Amino acid sequence: MKIAVCIKRAPDMEQRFKVAPSGTAVDEAGLKFDMSDFDGYAVEVALRLTEKAGDGEVVAVSLGPDNVQETIRKAMSMGVARGVQLKVDTVPMDALAIAQALAAELRDGGYDLIMFGKHALDSSNGAVGPMVAQLLGLPCVTACSRLEIANGTGTARRELEGAAEMVGFPLPAVLTIDEGIARPRLPALKGIMAAKKKPLEVKPAALGDVRVTVEAMKLPAERPPGRIIGEGAGAVPELVRLLQSEAKVL
Amino acid sequence: MAHVLVFAESRGGAPRKVALETMTAARTLADAAGGEVHAILAGPPGIGAHAASLGEYGADRVLLIEHEALSRYDAESLTATVAARAGDGAYRAVVCTASAQGRDLAPRVAAALGAPIASDVVSVELDGDVLRVRHPAYTGKLVATLAVRGSPVVVSVRPNAFSAHAAPKAGTVEALALAADPGASRAKVVEMVEGARDRLDLADAPVVVSGGRGLRAPENFALLEELAAAFGGTAAVGATRAVTDDGWRPHSDQIGQTGRLVSPDLYIAIGISGAIQHVAGMRTSRTIVAINKDKDAPIFKIADYGIVGDALEVVPALTSEIRSARGTG
Ligand SMILES: Cc1cc2nc3c(=O)[nH]c(=O)nc-3n(C[C@H](O)[C@H](O)[C@H](O)COP(=O)(O)OP(=O)(O)OC[C@H]3O[C@@H](n4cnc5c(N)ncnc54)[C@H](O)[C@@H]3O)c2cc1C
Ligand SMILES: Nc1ncnc2c1ncn2[C@@H]1O[C@H](COP(=O)(O)O)[C@@H](O)[C@H]1O
Repeated sequence: MKIAVCIKRAPDMEQRFKVAPSGTAVDEAGLKFDMSDFDGYAVEVALRLTEKAGDGEVVAVSLGPDNVQETIRKAMSMGVARGVQLKVDTVPMDALAIAQALAAELRDGGYDLIMFGKHALDSSNGAVGPMVAQLLGLPCVTACSRLEIANGTGTARRELEGAAEMVGFPLPAVLTIDEGIARPRLPALKGIMAAKKKPLEVKPAALGDVRVTVEAMKLPAERPPGRIIGEGAGAVPELVRLLQSEAKVL
Repeated sequence: MAHVLVFAESRGGAPRKVALETMTAARTLADAAGGEVHAILAGPPGIGAHAASLGEYGADRVLLIEHEALSRYDAESLTATVAARAGDGAYRAVVCTASAQGRDLAPRVAAALGAPIASDVVSVELDGDVLRVRHPAYTGKLVATLAVRGSPVVVSVRPNAFSAHAAPKAGTVEALALAADPGASRAKVVEMVEGARDRLDLADAPVVVSGGRGLRAPENFALLEELAAAFGGTAAVGATRAVTDDGWRPHSDQIGQTGRLVSPDLYIAIGISGAIQHVAGMRTSRTIVAINKDKDAPIFKIADYGIVGDALEVVPALTSEIRSARGTG
């Protein structure tokens, strides 16, 4: 079983964000970065599948400037065998441009599965995975919250609004991974040491035309400061009055 | 070059409410482009009975696909069909809903067309060669204004960001054939796992009653169900990750960064601390109410109205007060 996982470097979301002086990007000064959340789940799922199969290899692919090497090393410290950096100076907001570069790298890789996060935390698009599938002509299941693979076929569960569906598919396939499927392992010291020696190939990215650009990046309008209107059940009539006459939502 | 193609999402043989919101976004674009809105309505035989509602909400033409296999979502045949139609040169934009289904379909269609995509947008504006959208990025902590060049472009519209407006148009129904045989699709939905049938979906509900660990035990969610019921069928029940992780509520009810995004008229947060990952999923709600026994809980910073108190005492009082206010008791 040979699996590729596409991982993106993204800031931790638990931080306070500022807009850069350009007004079109996040100010990265002082921000901590890590592997985008859902991509960590994808790495974990890939590792478990190869561990269960008893053979195979997981490869991590990241498109970005040299700082993505740190993200690739993190995946390696979890157990990924090797990494590929598709080098660009800046990562565009254009999902198709990214997907074209990833598809070019993955096309002849002989992968049984190609995995993605459900969406990247920074772009919050959820587009790159299904786009790569389409470009490669592979079957695809998005937002998998459960997965079983046996004898060259798989079944995945996807959560819908108020329902779920089970999807059957043949391998090779593209999957995007939702959280909750398998908690990502924490790299052990041994893994961190081993990661330093694993092969990491750097190649130029065959980025497609960039047609989606950021004109402005803004903090969302602040909500007006909250107010506490009272204590206990005694405050309920006042609450309902405010909901009716002030907020007008009843 | 100036028409707009909408994929009007359906489930269970009828269009979803979010499909009508998506029509509003499509209408905005078509009016700016001086073109028509063509809405694809795809589903099992009989779904054509709903075509008229799309006309009422702004479809000049309804492209109807009725096929036995479409009682379930079939990504591959629909991708081929939408892309074939959108690629015939008549369209400036393809608009889908950023729902579980639309987020799956839209990028496939874009890649099949070689078209750029703007995902999960909350506004759309056509400005000459540029489609300008606003898109909540960084899990909603920032809002990006994006310029998208090229034609056609693919857009997916965030649920609840647009409201459905009646805008009657001809709604002329035309049959559209599938461009690929669903029988040949490789990935197939083999089973639907339905949620409770009579329950309103979180994304569609004008009122969301949401509970956290402060409810103390799974059985106390019955109090929330009762409060939701007092709104007379307009409320749905959500939860925090603390609660879904412990299996008190299904994962599909989780609201937040890694769960559902909701933006109802009224969000009632009960026994919820207000962690940023939770707030990321509900901060755009119109009015927020918080009930928490800790007056310093962060949720009170963003709640328009807060009550400090024990949920188990305040919620039943609120339920009866809502019942009498709405005459549902
Ligand atoms: C990467 C990541 C992603 C995450 N994604 C999500 C997500 O999508 N959604 C999400 O919700 N969380 C998410 N979380 C978890 C989040 O950080 C919080 O842990 C979680 O939201 C807390 O849930 P809670 O408010 O129910 O519980 P707690 O934080 O334990 O808060 C319980 C609250 O109940 C109050 N309380 C206690 N007893 C009572 C009572 N009797 N009456 C009234 N109030 C009472 C307490 O004062 C407290 O404020 C994520 C975390 C991480 C790290
Ligand atoms: N620059 C990148 N390098 C590697 N993988 C990426 C990159 N951008 C996106 N991806 C993958 O595509 C998924 C969806 O990204 P997005 O469509 O931007 O939300 C991510 O979770 C990653 O798995």
